[in-house]
Amino acid sequence: MVRAPGVGIGAGQGETVTAKATDQAQAGKSIVPLGHVVIRFAGDSGDGMQLTGDRFTSVTAGLGNYLSTLPDFPAEIRAPAGTLPGVSAFQLHFADHDIMTPGDRPDVLVAMNPAALKANLGDMRPGSDIIVNTDEFTKRNLEKVGYAANPLEDGSLDAFAVHEIALTSMTVEALSSFDISKKEAERAKNMFALGLLCWLYSRPTEGTLKFLRAKFAHKPDILAANIAAFEGGWSFGETTEAFSVRYEVKPAKMVPGTYRNITGNPALAYGLIAASRQSGLPLFLGSYPITPASDIIHELSKHKNFGVVTFQAEDEIAGIGAALVASYGGSLAVTTTSGPGIALKSETIGLAVSLELPLLVIDVQRGGPSTGLPTKTEQADLLQAMFGRNGEAPVPIVAPRSPGDCFDAAIEAARIAVTYRTPVFLLSDGYLANGSEPWQVPDVADLPTIEPGFATESNHVDEDGNPEFWPYLRDEETLARPWAVPGTPGLMHRIGGLEKADGSGNISYDPDNHDRMVRLRQAKVDAIARTIPPLDVDDPSGEARVLVLGWGSTYGPIGAACRLVRESGHAVAQAHLRHLNPFPANLGEVLRSYDRVIIPEMNLGQLALLIRGRFLVDAIGYNSVRGMPFASEELAQVFNDVIESL
Amino acid sequence: MTAIEMPGLALVPRTDEKQSAKDFKTDQEVRWCPGCGDYAILAAVQGFLPELGLRRENIVFVSGIGCSSRFPYYMDTYGVHSIHGRAPAIATGLAVSRPDLSVWVVTGDGDALSIGGNHLIHALRRNVNLKILLFNNRIYGLTKGQYSPTSETGKVTKSTPLGSLDYSFNPVSIALGAEASFVARTLDSDRKHLTEVLRRAAAHEGTALVEILQNCNIFNDGAWEPLKDANTSDDYLIRLEDGEEIRFGKDREKVVVRGDGGHIVVANADEVDPSRIIVFDSHAKDPGLAFALSRLAHIHSLADTPIGVFRDVARPSYDRLVREQVEGVIESQGPGDLQALIAGKDNWTVS
Repeated sequence: MVRAPGVGIGAGQGETVTAKATDQAQAGKSIVPLGHVVIRFAGDSGDGMQLTGDRFTSVTAGLGNYLSTLPDFPAEIRAPAGTLPGVSAFQLHFADHDIMTPGDRPDVLVAMNPAALKANLGDMRPGSDIIVNTDEFTKRNLEKVGYAANPLEDGSLDAFAVHEIALTSMTVEALSSFDISKKEAERAKNMFALGLLCWLYSRPTEGTLKFLRAKFAHKPDILAANIAAFEGGWSFGETTEAFSVRYEVKPAKMVPGTYRNITGNPALAYGLIAASRQSGLPLFLGSYPITPASDIIHELSKHKNFGVVTFQAEDEIAGIGAALVASYGGSLAVTTTSGPGIALKSETIGLAVSLELPLLVIDVQRGGPSTGLPTKTEQADLLQAMFGRNGEAPVPIVAPRSPGDCFDAAIEAARIAVTYRTPVFLLSDGYLANGSEPWQVPDVADLPTIEPGFATESNHVDEDGNPEFWPYLRDEETLARPWAVPGTPGLMHRIGGLEKADGSGNISYDPDNHDRMVRLRQAKVDAIARTIPPLDVDDPSGEARVLVLGWGSTYGPIGAACRLVRESGHAVAQAHLRHLNPFPANLGEVLRSYDRVIIPEMNLGQLALLIRGRFLVDAIGYNSVRGMPFASEELAQVFNDVIESL
Repeated sequence: MTAIEMPGLALVPRTDEKQSAKDFKTDQEVRWCPGCGDYAILAAVQGFLPELGLRRENIVFVSGIGCSSRFPYYMDTYGVHSIHGRAPAIATGLAVSRPDLSVWVVTGDGDALSIGGNHLIHALRRNVNLKILLFNNRIYGLTKGQYSPTSETGKVTKSTPLGSLDYSFNPVSIALGAEASFVARTLDSDRKHLTEVLRRAAAHEGTALVEILQNCNIFNDGAWEPLKDANTSDDYLIRLEDGEEIRFGKDREKVVVRGDGGHIVVANADEVDPSRIIVFDSHAKDPGLAFALSRLAHIHSLADTPIGVFRDVARPSYDRLVREQVEGVIESQGPGDLQALIAGKDNWTVS
């Protein structure tokens, strides 16, 4: 059954690791410490790979390892079983030190069927480990994915350490005494695999058992079967000769505090709730389901005891429309979507610019154009956010850099929206939304306060000396207009999408007034830069001549690549933009202090276009639109090439 | 202050100050064409609102785009002139988040039934506490005279010089099909009837759709003339009155009766068994009769056109249900604890 007995499952080669046998473990197997490991679970969409990955991640987080995850699943809910389009995968990188990415290539692949093997083999380095479920390597399944011969038998996997395990049949056997169908027993094979991997990497079992008990509380038979499968996998590891050693990855040194594992969408939802609390404004979400943003409305709708109202509208347009006028009524208004939804919401974003009301527009970007790659990541909506409206309609843009950072980005977006009475874009993406990392839970006492500053009294006098309210009389500092909510006596006013007279807000078609209003709206957005911290540059040696500038979810891969570059003896500087409109005030100065500026983006150069246009800096783009985050080794190569060309 | 119950306004603060129509007029110059039916509707609304006794600052008019949608600029209340077709959705956000507001939507046949058809039907099915005034003049006015979704087939307009080919929508039928709890039809020129319908709409909890047959004297003049002309209106108009037999005609000689196949027909009173004459009830749970009545009018000639409140039934409003759900969770779970929420259940401490 075992192809490579005694061959240890190895560790990553991208980062520094020492691995040597130490303690004797139970069942006579020694425990080998590792610095970090990248595991990829891959199987059919119905095999429960996302759940398996989530569980392994959860216990790994609980152990105190640094980690980063990358789920990768198809848009189809259940593509035909055993086919390449149906392959769903979950990659997890965990370490005893801080890491920034889910890892370029897995050290270990768990392939639940031939399709999973075929779809992922190209990412495996020679010498890495592959655990395969031999039960699924039938003639029919091999044919489905175009294997002429069984790769387990034809020598094509000789470069890898292959561990052949009959996962399905062993699971069924372990569950033979249970009163469940064979099909139900087979479905527990992911728990068998999870048990095996948890044994192999010395993960505690209690968290998973607790999870199963909660999940199947009302299905005692299924609960017992899943626990038996999980424990069966663990026991198999202890007894089989397939694995002669097991491993451990020690907890990482982290800044003291409370930590949890978090993915981007819940972090964003928490940030919105926090912004609501910090502003004292009730949270109103108007949204329409769309991948990969739906988890935000799922999360928020669970927390109505925070006074959160979630409105699943009839379409994208209704979602943002309801939100915008909830803002008129004094709510902290939010709409959540992905790129195609933004296209539908554009007209209302334009109205929000004209009405000058706070509104958060959350775009969890995915591959485009059109329906594109719904479950894959991309950063190609930047210019849509920047310019995708009729007329001159500037909208501030903020972008989180990591899953946990979605929390802070949401609060910052709310601060700008409320302070400046403007719609604000928050550009997350599919990688941040679904990827996870350990997150140091902030103390809510330290969160910034957001001041709504509602208008309560008249701000002008008419020709006869009577007090009146001018809805477009601006604050001199921020250029924001007063926010007077219905129910406030004496401040009745009408606003709309027609051009308004500066100050009074009455309809005006006057040419000079329009020119002034267009410039005022732009000046208001530009003025936000005064409250943005200067761009921070990470250049440890201070000798870098090349700056890498990024935004959004490329932070991790760029950071890991910069580490590799520095380890190879070169100097490189990294700066990452939180604010894309307006830019931090010192950006031009930062850009001009380097000989070369590289801008890696998961698009064809959208930030680069803005930078070149705004600063006349000859930035070098590095672009990839493969629906996946950058690999850090790939970026390191690019950076080194530019550095060496100087 | 009116004596009738007003569940739709139960949470809106009242004032003891005496109000008049003038209090609801703004200083903005009204920019509709002279002779437009909108003037009469504006005057009727401004004349009627004082009797509700609501604080003016708790009234909001929301509109889409079109001639009718300029309405909020002329009402000295809060108001939003929004996007073509979107007013029902946009107003939903306000009604749901602010139960202390009386929210009115002003829209037209193009705005509500063409570009905004989707929002209209969903507001109706949810029963959001909105009063929707749909000005139906069977033409596009602001874009200067193209046919609308309520134009009769064969309409010759700038965009249909050879006659339109589209079959037309019937707003009352649509509303009833969309699960509306309150549906009415009235005339811009009949101040008394219009006011009575507005009164009942305002009192209703949930979405009230009021179709107002309105004259565009520039692009579709006289579209509803047979219903308004003193010489013909008695013969053309069927005034629906609760608890009354459905009768009309100069001498009240025409009645609406149940036909043999379950449908309803107009007949001469002296030719039918009196027991078959339908007694109208807008509160009937089953919308069947209301729907049948909505189909009675002839699209081209306008003969047998019922006006009045077709349907007025009690169903909890969406915004009330939303509120009760939030309040219920707060009561059962206690108010949210942000620190506990973000810390989650699976966390660990590094010291």
